[in-house]
Amino acid sequence: MKLSADEVRHIALLARLGTTDNDVETMRDQLSNILNHFDVLQRVDTEGVEPTGHSVDLESVMREDRIGPSQPAEDTLANAPRREGDYVRVRAVLE
Amino acid sequence: MDSSDVIGLTAHRARDMLAGREVSSVELTRAVLDRIAHVENRVNAFVTISEELALQQAERADADLSRGDGGPLTGIPMVLKDNLCTRGVPTTCSSRMLEGFVPTYDATVAHRLYDRGAVLVGKGNLDEFAMGSSTENSAFKKTCNPWDPDRVPGGSSGGPAAAIAASEGIYALGSDTGGSIRQPAALCGVVGLKPTYGLVSRYGLIAFASSLDQIGPLTHDVTDAALVLNGIAGYDPKDSTSIDHDVPDYGASLTGDIKGLRVGVPKEYFIEGMDPAVEAAVREVLKVMEGLGATVEETSLPHTPYALAVYYIIAPSEASANLARYDGVKYGYSAGGVGSMWDALEKTRQEGFGPEVKRRIMLGTYALSAGYYDAYYLKAQKVRTLIRREMDEAFQRFDVLVTPTSPSVAFKLGEKMDDPIQMYLNDVFTQPANIAGVPGISLPCGMAQGLPIGLQIMAGHLREPTLLRAAHAYEQATEWHTLQPELK
Repeated sequence: MKLSADEVRHIALLARLGTTDNDVETMRDQLSNILNHFDVLQRVDTEGVEPTGHSVDLESVMREDRIGPSQPAEDTLANAPRREGDYVRVRAVLE
Repeated sequence: MDSSDVIGLTAHRARDMLAGREVSSVELTRAVLDRIAHVENRVNAFVTISEELALQQAERADADLSRGDGGPLTGIPMVLKDNLCTRGVPTTCSSRMLEGFVPTYDATVAHRLYDRGAVLVGKGNLDEFAMGSSTENSAFKKTCNPWDPDRVPGGSSGGPAAAIAASEGIYALGSDTGGSIRQPAALCGVVGLKPTYGLVSRYGLIAFASSLDQIGPLTHDVTDAALVLNGIAGYDPKDSTSIDHDVPDYGASLTGDIKGLRVGVPKEYFIEGMDPAVEAAVREVLKVMEGLGATVEETSLPHTPYALAVYYIIAPSEASANLARYDGVKYGYSAGGVGSMWDALEKTRQEGFGPEVKRRIMLGTYALSAGYYDAYYLKAQKVRTLIRREMDEAFQRFDVLVTPTSPSVAFKLGEKMDDPIQMYLNDVFTQPANIAGVPGISLPCGMAQGLPIGLQIMAGHLREPTLLRAAHAYEQATEWHTLQPELK
């Protein structure tokens, strides 16, 4: 099985990864090759087997809703690529 | 004290020297910084060297020590992998995406070590976002194996492992998602421990695959691994997967006595195509362990060959979700010269991520996408159950499992960069421990062509005391951990 260029472009769109035509061709080959290796799993009988999400059995972790100090706004904004006053500046969402 | 005095210096020896006032933390820290100045151009282990902070922390440690307030890690210089957040010190994940990112808080492990008087000398290089087995996926530099500059240090914690092998720090912390502590430890000839999933808080570890990631030490010997684990293990309310469990003194388990220890040797870990010298070295280990009174028995874990596919579906799936946060808005790289929000997002991620990270985001997105979820992700999670169950059963019959850490010794820089599958095979023996969540340790057990060979020992959930006892008894019966690279 080999992924089509359109399939690769569709996955890239879902992942919001910009690609060139060259990238798409390289990824077609590499992803197809890797996915073919994954086919070995189809040989394993998993009838009636529950999936494992975590190796340690965990219950939902709850804590009390207590008010505490938040991270200072200046810290939160410290790494923002674009800011205006106490706001993070974003690009236009609606055009 | 000068820079040659830190070669092979362990944390427990340094602790004794500090406690006995043979040396101060500032002197020790200066000696380590001098060592870095001498050898770093041959190793390239660091993304950032934090000299100023290190000397401040060392002065504070000396003040504590002089008041008699010191603990076992007080005043000892260490290295953190550059995916562990450190307040005020850049934390890059060796990615252009986080170049210049300066965290505003400390990871819990950094916080705990600082509280115990640790001295941070720098942040170690890694494969971008910890994805890789050679550290060649770093966006910034290629780290060399201290035993041979033409060879890789392993990965993804290649910087921390190489730094310890080259004595550019007394100990280090790395992270291990599929072998990223143990495999570079094996290739660099040091000790690397991946604890039980949940034993060490992941808060402030920049996420790769959250159900597999775990932080652990890289050290010169097993005693140090126990000492450092004492400093970082334990419940943390900031990590919802952290286990609420009483942490024992791991040092107390190093009795040297493994009489009656039941050692299992799974035959699936001796595969066609592996380096015969690695197999021979591990067979020799079994004789040593038998000589120490352990009972050694071959066993079978038949689902082992499926671990690679399970890992390379689950880890990229989780990564594709974790790395969705890099949008160029709140922090990190942000592409310029584009109009709309969507264009900016795609360009930011195109320019900010390197090829391996993109490959894994694509793989994960595919495995989670409509129509493929059941065939890939859900199937992998079910096989994960079988691998885990098989491991749990093995640990009812055996105290520990002994295997090679990696199928080969360190390979040449560039050798596997064009073939992702060949690169992925490096972790074939280390992934099962992450999939099952059990602890594993790698320690030196031989040399081939002048390069170190690593032995892996695994134990059941939270059985670090047994794991460390077995590793320590073997280590003390041999000399491999005392060898140091010449750094020609």
